[in-house]
Formats: sequence, C-alpha cells, structure tokens
Amino acid sequence: MNPFTYARAADINDAVQLGAGSQSKYLGGGTNLVDLLRETLEHPAALVDVTGLPCAIEERPDGSLLIGAAAKNTAVAEHRAVRTRFPMLTRAISAGASAQIRNMATLGGNILQRTRCNYFYDCAGSRCNKRSPGQGCDAIEGANRNHAILGASPSCVATHPSDMCVALAALGAIVHLQSRRGTRSLPLIDLHRLPGASPEQETFLEPDELITAVEIPALPFASDSTYRKVRDRASYAFALISVAAAIDVEDGIVQDVRLALGGVAPKPWRASKAEAALKGQRATPENFRAAAEAELSDASPLRDNGFKVALAERTMVAVLDALVRAKNEGSNP
Amino acid sequence: MPQTLSINGSDVPLPDDPRVSLLDLLRDHLHLSGVKKGCNQGACGACTVLLDGKERILSCMALAVQYAGRTVTSIEGLAANGTLHPLQQAFIDHDGFQCGYCTPGQICSSVGMVEEWHRGVPSHVTEDLSSETIALSREEIQERMSGNLCRCGAYNGIIAAISETHAKAVR
Repeated sequence: MNPFTYARAADINDAVQLGAGSQSKYLGGGTNLVDLLRETLEHPAALVDVTGLPCAIEERPDGSLLIGAAAKNTAVAEHRAVRTRFPMLTRAISAGASAQIRNMATLGGNILQRTRCNYFYDCAGSRCNKRSPGQGCDAIEGANRNHAILGASPSCVATHPSDMCVALAALGAIVHLQSRRGTRSLPLIDLHRLPGASPEQETFLEPDELITAVEIPALPFASDSTYRKVRDRASYAFALISVAAAIDVEDGIVQDVRLALGGVAPKPWRASKAEAALKGQRATPENFRAAAEAELSDASPLRDNGFKVALAERTMVAVLDALVRAKNEGSNP
Repeated sequence: MPQTLSINGSDVPLPDDPRVSLLDLLRDHLHLSGVKKGCNQGACGACTVLLDGKERILSCMALAVQYAGRTVTSIEGLAANGTLHPLQQAFIDHDGFQCGYCTPGQICSSVGMVEEWHRGVPSHVTEDLSSETIALSREEIQERMSGNLCRCGAYNGIIAAISETHAKAVR
C-alpha cells in the first residue's frame, strides 16, 4: 500500500471539501477499496472516510424510498419496506458477497466497486487497458469465461460485479450526487460508462463528486419482483448471469415490465429491448423467449463465454414465468 | 473522535499509520494471534471479529483508523470470566474443526450470524421475505456461514454446533 492521509468526514459538506483534492478518494466500508490499495491498483494521496454520513432509509409519502449512501448493504436488505415493496433489492443484496462483507459495505461503495477481472488485478503478469491505458487487454484472447457478452469493446471485456446494482437498474433508481459546485442526480443506468476506447473511465462522476443518497421511485408491481443469480457455487461467488425482474400482468397482457441483467456487461444492464418487446404482449413463455432473444441479439461472446447467451435467455424466461405463475397461484415467487 | 478503540475490554491507541488494517493491529501490534490472516483479501473469513459485540466484520478489509471509538471483540474476548461462550463449547462438543485455523473466525462469525437471525435479517435462501420469523434450518445455517471457509471440511461439525445451540428456537 502506498502512503495516504486519512480524514473522517463529519457531514456531507465536510466530505466534499475534504474530497476536493485531485488525489483524494472517498472511503466507505473498504471491502473493495482496501483490496485495491493493497494491490496498488489505487494510490490516492488522501482518503476521506464517508461511513459517518447519512445512512437513513426514508419512506416518502409518494411511495418512493430515499436511502443515505452510507447505509450498509445489510441494513438496506433487511429493511421492511425494501423486503416487502422492492423484494428484488433484498434478494440481490443477499445474493452478493458474504454476511461479513454486507455488514461493512455501503450503498455508495457498492455502486462504485470495480471489476474483479483477473487480468485487471494481475499487475505483474497481464496487460490491462483499464489499469494501464493503451497497454492492451489479455482477457480478450485469454480465459474469459466470466467476461462480458454485451456492451464490451476491443479495449475491455470486464464485467461490473455488483448484484445490488442490477436490482437498482431494474427499479429505475436515481443517484444523488454532491460536490463543492452543488448537487445533481443521475439515473443509476446512466452513471456507469461503457468502456469504448477508454475503459479506465468507468463512470460519469467527476473525481470529487460524492454519492450522497439513492432514490428508489415508487413501483407498485415491484412488490412481487425477484432476483435470480446463477453462479458456479451455491453461495459467495460472483454471478455468471443474474436477472432482476418485475412484471405487471392484467388479463394475460403485460402492462409493464422491468428487467435488468448482471454478469453480462461492463455496467448494470437494463434490458430495454426485452422490456419494449414484451409490453402489450401476452404473458406467455413464447413471448418471454422472444423478448430475451431480442435483448441478446447484439451479444458478442468470446472464446469461453458463449454459454452466457443461452443461459441469460433461459434465466430471463424462467424468472418471468415463475413470477407470472406465482401471481396466478397467489404465492411468493 | 476518540483516538482509541476498545479491544476485548481494553482501550487501545489508534495506529499512527492509517494503512494498518484492524487485522494487523490485532495480530502484529497486540499479539492477539487467535484472529487469522488467511487470504487477506476478504475471501476466507478467518479474520472475522465482532463489532460492538454482535456485528461480524472482516478485519482484513478494515482500516483500524476507521473504527475509532468502536468496540471490537476477537476470539480472545469471547469467553466471560473463564467460561467458554456456548458456541465455543458447542464447537468442541461437535468436533467443529480439525486443524483449527479457521475456527476463531468461524466462532466469531457464528455469534454474529445468530444475532442477525434474531434480528430477522433474511438470507439468500429465505423463502418468505415478509415473514417476521425465520427457522434456522440447516440450509439457512449453510448460507449464512458461507463467508467462512474450512479447508479441512469440518462443515458438518460446524453446522451441528450452531444448530444444537440455537436451531431449537424460532425467533
């Protein structure tokens, strides 16, 4: 680890003043950043600890939630309003990491965690455009079973590792930001960049901008939503494929649907094509399959991850089918 | 903010260097070598300690300075007045270990896990998220303890120890 100074922010204004230095970095629970510091993939001159900032979960009269960015992953997952009104978010958080890590990791930090691509971490032995821009990417011709099939580029095929963000993408979450220049907000699905030719640029945030809160807009049909994660072992592993889904069906017709995918792309992937293909259609497995195929029509699998195309399609169909069946049977999905 | 943290009942000064992890503070500075450095990257759970007596965290991913003013309990602080914590005794009774390397982390983790379960925190395998009560089934214990690896494979004994101590009660 390179040396750095440490300061604990007393409040948001204090944090954005402390974070204004060009070599400053905000520190949440440390479950990703401390690892990156140790590997010298990050080498800030100053760390600003933001774990003491607002962490409340506010239920607002319009049915939305406003969650302080310092809220721990466990606190979000266990909150009654999240469990009952946005269960896909509890399911997604509970499917990620381990209990110890969820007790430490913050909402803001989860959003800004970096890829777990092995070539990114292998400073000594591998080329990586994200770590050293212009160097080349050893994943593209390498062991890329875990890598992206959508939204990648010839520069980078790494995936965004978060489960939580997949649910936030499906729910249309809004991320609140603050810096010394003021406040602004961004939809979560517009916060992360696709790699293009500059995979070292991962978000549209300014370096000194702080995530202060995440807003989850009201979505009544999300009370029956879910999250399904497919991975190599039953627990404590990153996703090969994951699907966050909510569907509103009346008289057999899809009124509205929310779908997002994890494990497939450099950012949390809102399945907009599949959503558009389903709206107004009959809620049948055949239509679910056609919608899933529409979403995956642009997929560019690599040597080792072609299986993800069919797995993503099948998982989307299975999750939507399970949601509709559960609703018809009046039970939980 | 105080310049100390409480570890197993004693006030300890924060390290001068903010790079010192809570794990290294415990092991190298305080010689509390019960807590183990297995992977040092958040993958194995051997460094698990308790915050404020009940919240399990990974001390390898924690910078010690972040925990100023907080109370940390490691395996050395779990027994009270010479009497083993019920889960410590249960691990002995059920052979919940072989080489013992992961055991301090397993026991601290299981204490924190039971606290979470009492509080009603759902897990990945909890079917009904709206339920106020969750039965501590074998499947629930396996899922909730998945952050603690045991290379000897003493999982059956570990699960039996936790199950014996707590599964009879439903929250």
